[in-house]
Amino acid sequence: MSKQYETVIGLEVHVELATKTKIFCSCSTEFGGAPNTHTCPVCTGMPGSLPVLNKKVVELALAVGLATNCQINQYCKFDRKNYFYPDNPQNYQISQLYLPICHDGGIEIETSAGKKVVGIHEIHMEEDAGKLIHDEWDDCSLVDFNRSGVPLIEIVSEPDMRSAEEVIAYLDKLRLIIQYLGASDCKLQEGSMRADVNLSVREVGASEYGTRTEMKNLNSFKAIARAIEGERARQIELIEEGGQVIQETRRWDDTKEQSYAMRSKEDAQDYRYFPDPDLVPVMISDEWISSIRGNQPELRNEKMVRYKEQYDIPEYDISIITGSKHLADLFEETVAICKNPKKVSNWIMVETMRLLKEHDLEPEQIRFSPENLAKLILLVESKAINGNVAKEVFEKVFDKDIDPEKYVEENGLKSVNDEGALRATIERIVEENPKSIEDYKSGKTKAMGFLVGQTMKEMKGKADPGMINKILKEVLDQL
Amino acid sequence: MANIISDETIEYVGILAKLELSDAEKEQAKKDMGSMLDYIDKLNELDTTGVEPMSHVFPVHNVFREDVIVNGDQRDIVLANAPEEKEGCFKVPKTVE
Amino acid sequence: MSLMSLTAVELGKKIKAKEISVVEATKAALDQIEKLEKKLNSFVTVDAEGALKRAEEVQKLIDDGTLTSPLAGVPVAIKDNMCTEGLLTTCSSKILGNYKPVFSAEAVLNLERAGAVVIGKTNMDEFAMGSTTETSAFGETKNPWNTDHVPGGSSGGSCAAVAAEECAYALGSDTGGSIRQPSSFCGVTGIKPTYGTVSRYGLIAYGSSLDQIGPVAKDVTDCATILEAIASYDPKDSTSVKREEYDFTSALVDDVKGMKIGIPKDYFMEGLDHEVKEAILNAAKKLEEKGAVIEEFDLSLVEYAIPAYYVIASAEASSNLSRFDGIKYGYRTEEFEGLHSMYKKSRSEGFGAEVKRRIMLGSFVLSSGYYDAYYLKALRTKALIKKAFDHAFEKYDVILGPAAPTTAPKLGDSLSDPIKMYLGDIYTISVNLAGLPGISVPCGKDSKGLPIGLQLIGDCFKEKNIIRAAYSFEQTRKYESPDIALQ
Repeated sequence: MSKQYETVIGLEVHVELATKTKIFCSCSTEFGGAPNTHTCPVCTGMPGSLPVLNKKVVELALAVGLATNCQINQYCKFDRKNYFYPDNPQNYQISQLYLPICHDGGIEIETSAGKKVVGIHEIHMEEDAGKLIHDEWDDCSLVDFNRSGVPLIEIVSEPDMRSAEEVIAYLDKLRLIIQYLGASDCKLQEGSMRADVNLSVREVGASEYGTRTEMKNLNSFKAIARAIEGERARQIELIEEGGQVIQETRRWDDTKEQSYAMRSKEDAQDYRYFPDPDLVPVMISDEWISSIRGNQPELRNEKMVRYKEQYDIPEYDISIITGSKHLADLFEETVAICKNPKKVSNWIMVETMRLLKEHDLEPEQIRFSPENLAKLILLVESKAINGNVAKEVFEKVFDKDIDPEKYVEENGLKSVNDEGALRATIERIVEENPKSIEDYKSGKTKAMGFLVGQTMKEMKGKADPGMINKILKEVLDQL
Repeated sequence: MANIISDETIEYVGILAKLELSDAEKEQAKKDMGSMLDYIDKLNELDTTGVEPMSHVFPVHNVFREDVIVNGDQRDIVLANAPEEKEGCFKVPKTVE
Repeated sequence: MSLMSLTAVELGKKIKAKEISVVEATKAALDQIEKLEKKLNSFVTVDAEGALKRAEEVQKLIDDGTLTSPLAGVPVAIKDNMCTEGLLTTCSSKILGNYKPVFSAEAVLNLERAGAVVIGKTNMDEFAMGSTTETSAFGETKNPWNTDHVPGGSSGGSCAAVAAEECAYALGSDTGGSIRQPSSFCGVTGIKPTYGTVSRYGLIAYGSSLDQIGPVAKDVTDCATILEAIASYDPKDSTSVKREEYDFTSALVDDVKGMKIGIPKDYFMEGLDHEVKEAILNAAKKLEEKGAVIEEFDLSLVEYAIPAYYVIASAEASSNLSRFDGIKYGYRTEEFEGLHSMYKKSRSEGFGAEVKRRIMLGSFVLSSGYYDAYYLKALRTKALIKKAFDHAFEKYDVILGPAAPTTAPKLGDSLSDPIKMYLGDIYTISVNLAGLPGISVPCGKDSKGLPIGLQLIGDCFKEKNIIRAAYSFEQTRKYESPDIALQ
């Protein structure tokens, strides 16, 4: 009989904090930009340059720590993690090992198996590395330090997760908390949230953990799920064959769905941490903590309650919309303009969701503005366009954030609300379709639909269906 | 207590420090490091139980910067001393196999 | 009498009084360099063209009343581990042999704001690691009093240049005695200020928790004046301290009546040259005659400072110097196979033996399994040493002792035995560990005619005490220059 195995997973989640400047210098953290245009002597490790800590980094790290129920180290320090790599300009990374800012917290997750708490071992502040671009033509690599020194927090969980589903639930919850705090946009695609997976397997019932491996290069939830399945299978197979899992760092290749050992003789993984003598300790007073707590923005649960009271939209809609800080912001801002929560919720729940799914996008990747969605809704409300036209226009809004008013104007999509002209068209169509009149009179309701369709076709889709219905009924009943 | 530094230790420290020593240098390094460590072992005579390690002499703390962008594009300055550059980047030997 | 035999403040006065021009002063320094560099090798880089151009600019600013500092127009030499924008800054290392910084150190900028004319960069032990200026990749500097002897180190170039009148004054840096010991060997005055007093921004780090920039000059008045110019709170250096006052020249008073001066008995044990001992005790007597209260006491822990220092400084250095990897600046090896070979060859070819020795030691003491036993132990020792000084300063205003156990050794004598060389820093190193200010002033010569330096140590932020004591002592003797040896 084959053995039953349990997967034990812990995560190291790196989140780029939403500051304007880097952690130790006054360079912009803006994503993109030509290589090395957001750099200075400090973030490129020039001799004689010195780091000075960005206060906002401490505040955001504290906010995340408090929202994830962590203890705060009111005396915390920075340490140097020493290793050579070209994306690391000083060949040491400024991080926290001995006294990280937060420790011993946890968040509750919910999966098909029920609710459970995933512990957070610690949260520490550190600097991001630069980017390496591999130049295939020249057989070399190129270093861009624009990301070097961008502030990160690393959230280290306890090995409390047992399945990919739990991991995804944990990441989702974490992402939502951080987004709500405004501490990061947590975009996996742009790398502003990244996860390394520590995974081991053991026989069900065993009390000791197995040897774990660490997997890097996981840049989507799907890749994380696949990597967990792949690594679990690899470790079990290894053990079943009588082999042993080696504690090592592995790189996940999502296209090949395989992980590779990143070991080499030159990577000793002995980081020789010691307190950074260029930086002084951070003392966090009780007052500072309570002011961060006091300024904490509305989190999801509070928002859900408020939506129910304030907007009276279905609970299902509330859970979807508040499931992404970006969607919630979009919703609220649009409602503020067009004062119609139900319609806004509808546009988000139906058309927006459809298009996101179609394009395989995350809600965070929505590019259209609340102004343009509000304009569209107002166009429909004022019957300037009909529902079908509105859907067509929305696709443009979704794609390119166009101004719906202008677009409707420029493309002549306004509904024809001239009752006289519509009545003339309808009368002509009725005259041309005697068969349909007979059907209508004999009670076949389908005939009505056919005539509406014909009219709409004739009006090139720009008529208000309600008005067509009304006039058509009148015309038919008069016959 | 004499510190004997093995070949493996010198090899290992060389990897950590990214230094490549000739055989003669290695022999010298083993000797030097051994005698330095013997000398440093003098610290063991001192009872430091209960003494907090002191990194900074002064109790200076909370030295912060405000989160305001000051630096503009300094690419030319940053790349001015690069041994090799390409397309606005520092050029290095290939980092992936 | 040559212009260059004047002190910096005297020269500044003559410039201000229009008795001489800034260009004349600059040329006088350059002429002296021209005359002596072949013998001494105090400089890595002499920037004659830049200095003369700058001299003319400074002259205009003095003439129109913009520059009023006592140092305006006075030629200065900067130790080659301080960044100077556009001017070669090598740390006397092959690895930075071609490095032209894109910004200047804050201390250099402060001097320039006071109207200083930088004439060049002085030689040093490679990355400030050494006590003789023999580990420089650009050849050793020789002692102007006797060119068979070392000038001390690591700021040997700065101290030799001041003694030999190749500049009016210089900046040095002091991590374990690197200003005070060569000042002692070269017969000049140097101050290592309280840690955090002078910004480290732009100082290429050796041991970041110990490094401090300070002045080297002919007398105490110059040193106090220069310190006043370079000391500042710098928001770019997190370890910079906002001091209550930056006035040091008001301590230039010939009065030590009632000043309590402690002499650590432990500084007068074996290893101390008897001629040095005699000169120091004589100096103490002079101060006593002027009304100071002199007392012997046990400082304790003296012998633990050096091992603690070598652990801390080497550990920090191993990390600080890892940025020199052949990618962003500096030396890159010609031939290599792949990334790690490039790293290893560039660094092995670029660094000299002493630097490699300390990087290896530093990497080892921080490595897995040794951190607690070595690094934390050293930090605990440092805490005890600080406590011992705190205790002493409850009783004394100033601690008096030698700057070094001997006078300048012969060239080549020290390098053969590193530990012996390290022992030469026994009186200076604990001052860096405790972050204290210290000054070395000339107090005599040995029978070979080599200068002896008196060290005065003050409590943190109490530079004024040591300046007053040093100034008072200085009034009891005449400044001697080594020009006989240079003829």
